[in-house]
Amino acid sequence: MGIREQFVRTNAATLAGPQGPIRLPDEIAPVRKKPFAAPPRLRRLPVERTWPTWFVVAFQATILVASLGLWELATRVGWMDAFFWSRPSAIFATLLVFFTAGDAMTDIWFTFRAAIIGFVLGTSAGTALGLSFWWSRNYANLAQPYIVCFESIPKLALAPLIILVFGVGLSSKIAIGVALTVVVSTLTTFSGVKSVDGDLERLMYSLGASRWQVFCKVVFPSVLPWGISVLRVNIGLALTGAIVGEFIASQHGLGRAILYAGQTYEIALVWVAVLVLSMLSIAMYLGVSRLESVLLRHVKR
Amino acid sequence: MPISKIELSGVSQQFKKPDGTVFHALENVTIRVEAGKFISLIGPSGCGKSTIFNIIAGLQQPSRGAVIINSKDATGMVGGVGYMLQKDLLFPWRTVLDNIVLGLEVRGVSNREAREYALPFVHKYGLGGFEHAYPGALSGGMRQRAALLRTLLYDSEVILLDEPFGALDAQTRSRMQEWLLQIWHDFRKTVIFVTHDVEEAVYLSDDIYVMAARPGRVKARLEVPIARPRPREVMLERPFMLIKEECLKLLGQFEEHAEAA
Ligand SMILES: Nc1ncnc2c1ncn2[C@@H]1O[C@H](COP(=O)(O)OP(=O)(O)OP(=O)(O)O)[C@@H](O)[C@H]1O
Ligand SMILES: [Mg+2]
Repeated sequence: MGIREQFVRTNAATLAGPQGPIRLPDEIAPVRKKPFAAPPRLRRLPVERTWPTWFVVAFQATILVASLGLWELATRVGWMDAFFWSRPSAIFATLLVFFTAGDAMTDIWFTFRAAIIGFVLGTSAGTALGLSFWWSRNYANLAQPYIVCFESIPKLALAPLIILVFGVGLSSKIAIGVALTVVVSTLTTFSGVKSVDGDLERLMYSLGASRWQVFCKVVFPSVLPWGISVLRVNIGLALTGAIVGEFIASQHGLGRAILYAGQTYEIALVWVAVLVLSMLSIAMYLGVSRLESVLLRHVKR
Repeated sequence: MPISKIELSGVSQQFKKPDGTVFHALENVTIRVEAGKFISLIGPSGCGKSTIFNIIAGLQQPSRGAVIINSKDATGMVGGVGYMLQKDLLFPWRTVLDNIVLGLEVRGVSNREAREYALPFVHKYGLGGFEHAYPGALSGGMRQRAALLRTLLYDSEVILLDEPFGALDAQTRSRMQEWLLQIWHDFRKTVIFVTHDVEEAVYLSDDIYVMAARPGRVKARLEVPIARPRPREVMLERPFMLIKEECLKLLGQFEEHAEAA
């Protein structure tokens, strides 16, 4: 009896896996004698030393000051046309005027409101729509082509129409924001619904759960991270919607301020409005990021 | 003949394969379990053990045959049995305690009441101090224990356990076996147990159903006439060995050895 048979005999019981005995290959591949053409190579682990925070901040401030200074210089010396490009000092002066005289706060508040309301409405409607697809596969299949079609329309192209329907006031700005955000939320939430762990659902059903219970305890918590992940995208879209609406027809808002300043060649004012808009955008982005991390902390483990 | 607690009569299950042909996952499976018994299913991977469980739990409608629980037709009815699926399936966003009370919660027991009821079990079965941890922070054995507790606290008379100890080390495993026997004894549940470990099946069960694959079917039913309670030493004794060998033989593990010799 060869070694192989002996091995099989003595170890049949212990070696036996669920699929039957583990068979030794008839010919065990010989150990390779000839080395491979590519031998293992020693390398240093790539490590980058982190700069201290003060240094990074100082560096960033230097870059900012230098580019502003260069801009100022360029318009003074004549490398850039100050009529088209304006210059930092003029922009700063206009900024002061913008906030002291005129209705800066009205404009900011108008744009802010339009963006936030559009964001909230579009995101919640989209999330609800996406979640609703869990309830019936037939309904989801039925609705899908319409969603895809709506997705493929460049929504901003519809903006003039929306203004006609909703008027030049706040509601038309909100509507454009909703049109932009609702599809993103719907599609993302629907992806989340499709990725819900079917075994968790089955577990719930095996415990005698109703569909509503499965929805509340499995589907909703599973999809929530997906819904949250679109918040940051949507806040930007809602703001874009508000501004485009203001560009087309509006009595207030930062978008209108930019358009107006541009048409009257007040380039410094354009820059000021863009600057304020950026600040608004950053503030809203940070707010939503904060919201997102708070929500995620409660959702994801 | 005593009335059976749970019965599968002539259950067949077919699946459509992607290429359009029909795959016979189960063929005419009949299993009868009396109340309070501990039954094991053993068989090669893919012979349809989990499918049988899904059918008993009502998660899958069999192509033919019926599931009868307490003399009533329960084919395709959910909620009648406690089922621990092959994966531990703890909800990652719920604490251990909240995972364990899930079954009670679904039935509408108030959260406070359910937790009060569950907490002593958590401590008794080695999860004390982890009741407010999330499953991500648990070891494999603890996760398994939590999933098992969830199944037990669902408080149905029949429980189905699909390889509950598959992922545990040998020591934890034998402790869990003792624990399971204790619980089974205390609560007088009817247990159907799936395992790949023949020794485990013999040690735990009253009856063993040995299955074969392609198509999935019951090959034999063995009784284990070893008195309870069973100290672990019974594993070294002759009756135990004989049954174990019989099982292994039925699983076809000695046949090939005979060819080789
Ligand atoms: N929903 C399904 N659709 C198609 N085929 C399926 C489905 N569920 C199970 N099967 C097939 O049925 C067979 C039995 O599967 P099952 O999960 O019951 O096996 P098992 O005995 O539990 O195996 P294991 O021990 O590996 O868990 C497998 O071949 C599997 O591919
Ligand atoms: Mg299985």
